[in-house]
Amino acid sequence: MSEPLLDVEDLRTTFHTPRGDVHAVDGVSLRLEAGRTLGVVGESGSGKSVLGRTVMGLVSSGPGVTVSGRVSLAGQDVHALAPAERRRLWGPRVAMVFQDPMTSLNPVKRVGRHIDEVLRLHLRLGRREARERTVGLLRQVGIPEPERRAGQYPHELSGGMRQRVVIAAALACGPDLLIADEPTTALDVTVQRQILDLVASLSRRSGMAVVLISHDLAAVGGRADRVAVMYGGRLVESAPTSRVFGAPRHPYTGALLASAPRLSAAPHSRLPTIEGRPPDPADPPPGCRFAPRCPRAEAVCRGGAPPLLDLAPVGGHPHEVACRLPLEAESTEVGHGR
Amino acid sequence: MSETLTDRRTATRRPDLVAWFSGTWLVVLAVLAAAAPLLPLPEHVDLTRSLTAPTLSGPDPASGHLLGTNAFGLDLFARALHGARSSLAIALAAVALGAVVGGALGILAGYLGRTVDTVVGVATNVLLAVPPLILLIALATVLEPNARNVTLALALLTVPTMVRLARANTMAFAQREFVLAARAMGASGWRVMTRELLPNVLLPVLSMAMVLISVLVVAEASLSFLGLGIQPPAPTWGNMIAEGEGRVLEEHPHVVLVPGVFLFLTVFSFNILGEKARKRWDTRSGAR
Amino acid sequence: MAGSGNAHMRAGADRVLSVHDLVVEFPVGRGQRVHAVSGLHLDLVRGETLGILGESGCGKSSAGRAVMQLPPPTSGSVVLEGTELTGSGGRALRRARARMQLIMQDPVSSLNPRRRVADLVAEGLDIRGEREDRRARVDAALRSVGLDPDTVRDRRPHELSGGQCQRVCIARALVLDPALLICDEPVSSLDVSVQAQILNLLEEAKERHGLSMVFVAHDVAVVKNVSDRVMVLYLGKTCEVLPSEGLHVRAAHPYTRLLLDSVPGQENGDAPGERAAELPSPVDPPSGCRFRTRCPWAQERCAREEPQLREVGPGHHVACHLVE
Repeated sequence: MSEPLLDVEDLRTTFHTPRGDVHAVDGVSLRLEAGRTLGVVGESGSGKSVLGRTVMGLVSSGPGVTVSGRVSLAGQDVHALAPAERRRLWGPRVAMVFQDPMTSLNPVKRVGRHIDEVLRLHLRLGRREARERTVGLLRQVGIPEPERRAGQYPHELSGGMRQRVVIAAALACGPDLLIADEPTTALDVTVQRQILDLVASLSRRSGMAVVLISHDLAAVGGRADRVAVMYGGRLVESAPTSRVFGAPRHPYTGALLASAPRLSAAPHSRLPTIEGRPPDPADPPPGCRFAPRCPRAEAVCRGGAPPLLDLAPVGGHPHEVACRLPLEAESTEVGHGR
Repeated sequence: MSETLTDRRTATRRPDLVAWFSGTWLVVLAVLAAAAPLLPLPEHVDLTRSLTAPTLSGPDPASGHLLGTNAFGLDLFARALHGARSSLAIALAAVALGAVVGGALGILAGYLGRTVDTVVGVATNVLLAVPPLILLIALATVLEPNARNVTLALALLTVPTMVRLARANTMAFAQREFVLAARAMGASGWRVMTRELLPNVLLPVLSMAMVLISVLVVAEASLSFLGLGIQPPAPTWGNMIAEGEGRVLEEHPHVVLVPGVFLFLTVFSFNILGEKARKRWDTRSGAR
Repeated sequence: MAGSGNAHMRAGADRVLSVHDLVVEFPVGRGQRVHAVSGLHLDLVRGETLGILGESGCGKSSAGRAVMQLPPPTSGSVVLEGTELTGSGGRALRRARARMQLIMQDPVSSLNPRRRVADLVAEGLDIRGEREDRRARVDAALRSVGLDPDTVRDRRPHELSGGQCQRVCIARALVLDPALLICDEPVSSLDVSVQAQILNLLEEAKERHGLSMVFVAHDVAVVKNVSDRVMVLYLGKTCEVLPSEGLHVRAAHPYTRLLLDSVPGQENGDAPGERAAELPSPVDPPSGCRFRTRCPWAQERCAREEPQLREVGPGHHVACHLVE
């Protein structure tokens, strides 16, 4: 295995609140090589967004927040850098795309300026050169008539076009890593597919690594090399995409896959559900966080946190699962997608 | 967990000494003012009974005049407490009246829109266009200066602010789906306004009322100072301060300072608590 | 393609809802109008669920709300259990509304933040002045949506999770014993595992109360799961009406195919995709077939002539010139 571009080790993000400490990210370790795409999947409250922001360095130790562990990006420890140096990473090294393209663009700035400014700040380009690069970037993300679009304001563009602009701005400095936090949740299904295809093709072309954060296993499935499933601030399963869909080993992953309605199923078929509620981040259950909702749970599950162990056969890609009583390797065959 | 949630939670709550002091001051003042007629205080209004009292004596607890007396020998502490009765009663009544009228108009305008909104909008803008003090002076010259008319005049002053606040909040909440849900269940317009919108609009209006009380206490004092409010010798803080006219202030500053400090502390306290209430119950936080 | 017509309307008596030529338009200033729904026909048999499928801007929510008369449609007729709703005035309409209930997308926003669960659920009863057994009926409604009345009765919406809030909304609708439930994207703001719970709950409620449902959503798999028939809308026009059984195989309209190909995990490499990504403006929709600007097979005829719905299989109607 080559030296990973991103190496996260035992990352913990804790928010100190009047209700007590909230362990939003609680001991997450993961690695990502250049050019690869990692899907991070979890429901709301699983800590996936905080994980993305902490990896990026947008969330760091300060009043009310403690970050421990290590985030190493191309050999640099993101959280050991001074704030000014960290800011210098944003753009050329790592960039982020957020969920809502309505609010990630400034409504009073023309579309082109959002990208211009990044180029002139980080790459110290001149006005004309920046303008040319901007138009090129807009064309690259599939915006028709980029010259005209660059002069328009965000409200004149559709949601999908706006998200393309946000992606163009993120790509402006050629980052090594793109963190996309629910990039398509606010978009229509047909547009969602276009945006995900775009990110995949850009990653292929430039060798950029991508972390794709989503609540939708199926949406991530088609584009990621590996999928990491989060629950209650921890990773519960991390495996090559086909393994996650074809042979999930963690009961939570299995239940999540089963609970999504499938096109091939007959109408009015009852969906398997996960009973109960996600854990309260301020007061998580002891041991495995999924144990209270898990039909397989036994006394041992409530003892201590289950370690993330590699269950893959020797020589295969690692298939890590944090479960004391994992599902069988050839358990319920869940079709890819719905 | 959503980001906003964590952000809000990280703001730590520590006991706010200033707010505590403000609250204590207002409670003590209100209790003393309410009980003033029952307390064994020296004479505060009847000149015939203060003939034997020393005039313009300085603050001296030993003399029986805790904060001194005025030019007629009336006790300043007693006058300040009785003044608080009229100042606070007028301000509270005016704000309450303004909140009810302005709040109702605001909800009507915000929910019904169209003609109602236009009419209410024009009326409030006309009121806002007239400088408040000019309006008060104009009203005072027409109306007889007594407590009821001063209250009405001051209430008129708060109506535009209340209308705007209630209208903006109503429009924000009317967009929310629970209003649609109520209508889908067959709720009438009246019910939507009173049961769905009013409870949500009430808190911001009440918080604004707290802030406006302090404004009205000052406005009432200004009117009385100008001789257009409650007439002396009946005390209000405004006409008490007016007694410092001429050389009195230079030689006997306590005559002005005593009502001045009462006025300052009260306005300050209402402002602090009002701001605190407003921050807590602003439109946005009322959302969740 | 996106066309008009009423060939899919069924004859017969037991119809809970029938909608004829529904038009919803909103003025947007400068004399222009958004054509949200243009000439929609639909009918609903007792106990049936009609799924309305489409992307944002297709008019599916406007159609659902126009049926509820919130606001009333620009023109057209809505008949609920034999009563014409359009044009009927305040009180009669308010009475009719108890027979149809609306479940909305954002359960937290659909509950008044200042009221307690018991009062929220009882709202419909209070509005109608039905005082007797109030407590018992509220508790029964809460229990029927899987909530424990003793724990939630005195809570306020912000103390509940999104899924629980949606259960309260469903309880609030069921307490009035409606004939028709209009669900407008009821699960799209919920997590996948919660979504499954709510979908199951709606199915159970439908069976127990003999409800008919109009289920408006953008998610093909979700719509297929709950519906008996599916209607696909595009820019306010009907593209296709078909039974949900076998929908993913039988769907014939190019737009329905595009939606199916966009379902994550269903991507297939040889799908023709679409011509331009931009959704045309609903203020000035394209002539002829409204989908033609995005359709990979569009011909000159599609711009000229508006396709009509016609039957291509049992209960399967398509509005497209090119579908045989």
